[in-house]
Amino acid sequence: MSSIVSVSNLSKTYAGGYRALNDVSLEIAEGEILALLGPNGAGKTTLISIVCGIVNASEGSVRVGGYDIIKDYRRTRELIGLVPQELTLGHFDTVWNTLCFSRGLFGKKPDPAYLERLLRDLSLWSKRDTEIMALSGGMKRRVLIGKALSHQPRVLFLDEPTAGVDVDLRKDMWGLVRGLRESGVTIILTTHYIEEAEEIADRVGIIADGRLILVDDKQALMQKLGRKAMIIELEQPLARVPDTLAVWGLELSGDGCQLTYTYDPRSARTGIPGLLQAISEAGLLLKDFKTTQSSLEEIFVGLVKGKA
Amino acid sequence: MNIQAVKVIYKYEMLRAWETLLQSFASPVISTALYFVVFGSAIGGRIERVDGVAYGSFIVPGLMMLALLTQSIANASFGIFFPKFTGTIYEVMSAPVSFMEILLGYVGAAATKSLIIGLIILATAGFFVPLEIAHPVWMCAFLLLTCISFSLFGFIIGLWAKDFEKLQLIPLLVITPLVFLGGSFYSVSMLPPTWQTVTLFNPVVYLISGFRWSFFEVSDVSVGTSLSIVLLFLGLCLLVVWWMFRTGYRLRQ
Ligand SMILES: Nc1ncnc2c1ncn2[C@@H]1O[C@H](COP(=O)(O)OP(=O)(O)OP(=O)(O)O)[C@@H](O)[C@H]1O
Ligand SMILES: [Mg+2]
Repeated sequence: MSSIVSVSNLSKTYAGGYRALNDVSLEIAEGEILALLGPNGAGKTTLISIVCGIVNASEGSVRVGGYDIIKDYRRTRELIGLVPQELTLGHFDTVWNTLCFSRGLFGKKPDPAYLERLLRDLSLWSKRDTEIMALSGGMKRRVLIGKALSHQPRVLFLDEPTAGVDVDLRKDMWGLVRGLRESGVTIILTTHYIEEAEEIADRVGIIADGRLILVDDKQALMQKLGRKAMIIELEQPLARVPDTLAVWGLELSGDGCQLTYTYDPRSARTGIPGLLQAISEAGLLLKDFKTTQSSLEEIFVGLVKGKA
Repeated sequence: MNIQAVKVIYKYEMLRAWETLLQSFASPVISTALYFVVFGSAIGGRIERVDGVAYGSFIVPGLMMLALLTQSIANASFGIFFPKFTGTIYEVMSAPVSFMEILLGYVGAAATKSLIIGLIILATAGFFVPLEIAHPVWMCAFLLLTCISFSLFGFIIGLWAKDFEKLQLIPLLVITPLVFLGGSFYSVSMLPPTWQTVTLFNPVVYLISGFRWSFFEVSDVSVGTSLSIVLLFLGLCLLVVWWMFRTGYRLRQ
């Protein structure tokens, strides 16, 4: 598949000398949803700001839709919509006016019918004549999304779209993002919520300390790094793991009633049948057992710690 | 050329003036009217004539300039400072607009507003004193050039200012004294010779002198000099703004 956004060896050193991005290269395929994860100050916003033309890169280049973001800034910026992290809105503008402003700014002729549809999709139509300062935080966030979509971009950057948004609204937002993807829009979002990336992303990129540590298919990432754990509940508590079971590297917990066995789900032999047999040979009575897969959060925490 | 962008920026800025109508248009008119009452009628009645023109009429061009300069700077500087301050400028920076288009939108709107204010003041003045304009075309040219140059200047201040204090600094400390000492209320020839020389370093003198000449055909310096100085100032502002956009000064890091 062809890349719609192509980031090559991008670095950014801010005026104070702080290196916020360090040699980042990234290809984003048309039509995908890419989630960028990373702790505070990792450089996510900096990366997005460079692609959108708000911050100048120190080194490296970016192409959007095949065009260079500096030389052909008009073409690349027309393709891009940006929902910034901060709720930056003119407080005295009405919802309708601010959307018309955004559309015009991006060189598009007025299209009231499209903007009406957009506002209806964002459940903001009834608020169209309301001044922005009279809206709730979640509504403001949706106004920002509306502004970003007002010129029908092909690439949408969402910088923490669901920060400070309640669960219902977050679900709505995910629905909206999926709907956009279906209409062919490429979406890059940053988030601190791992479940968000897990829920809607096709690929996940992890940034820490200005470096892109890895980018991978969500599923592949989970498989590559996600170990599974089998938790075995026993009828009788144990004081210690019997020596006959030492080779399995079990962990005893839950007042001695719980044994945890971690294994790699990708390997052909997980060792589970052998373990179960060994347990019954050791004379332990099995009450229950379950398996769990590590979440992106655990993977992420593990990775960031590993690099630090 | 992104005409749509110029249109929406221009419209947005004009709408802002409309919504704060009282502040935008009424306050300069009121303050000018006060000047007329105080200087024109109360004091002016005791002053004979200046350069052959009745004092009340004589101060009209200067008063217009005073309003044009302060309003152009205030409007343009605030217009660009405020989105920078609130952060909404991100949108303009991420939009497919060139620096020319941003200028046309913001400075165009600020200049239009000052032009309107200037014309309103002229009409107000007509109520108080008899007015005749000897060279209407020149008058309009000076009016337009002043509005544009000082809106540009205000735009520069708005980009440069990091806080509200700085935003007020230059208009208060530089522009107001220059205008008051620039011959708004007197003819330079009324000053002692040394001060006449000092005054010639004040660019506003040339502006007011040229503008006054278009009304009454009396001037402190020749019209050609006035025009050259205004054009020079315009060119200088354009150069600075061009440099600011090129380097992303205080906008792009
Ligand atoms: N304008 C600036 N001047 C100097 N340093 C900056 C500037 N903007 C960001 N930084 C620094 O660059 C680093 C990366 O910031 P950035 O905003 O890109 O992080 P982030 O990953 O978006 O974090 P968060 O999750 O908190 O939004 C931070 O250490 C920040 O302090
Ligand atoms: Mg950020």
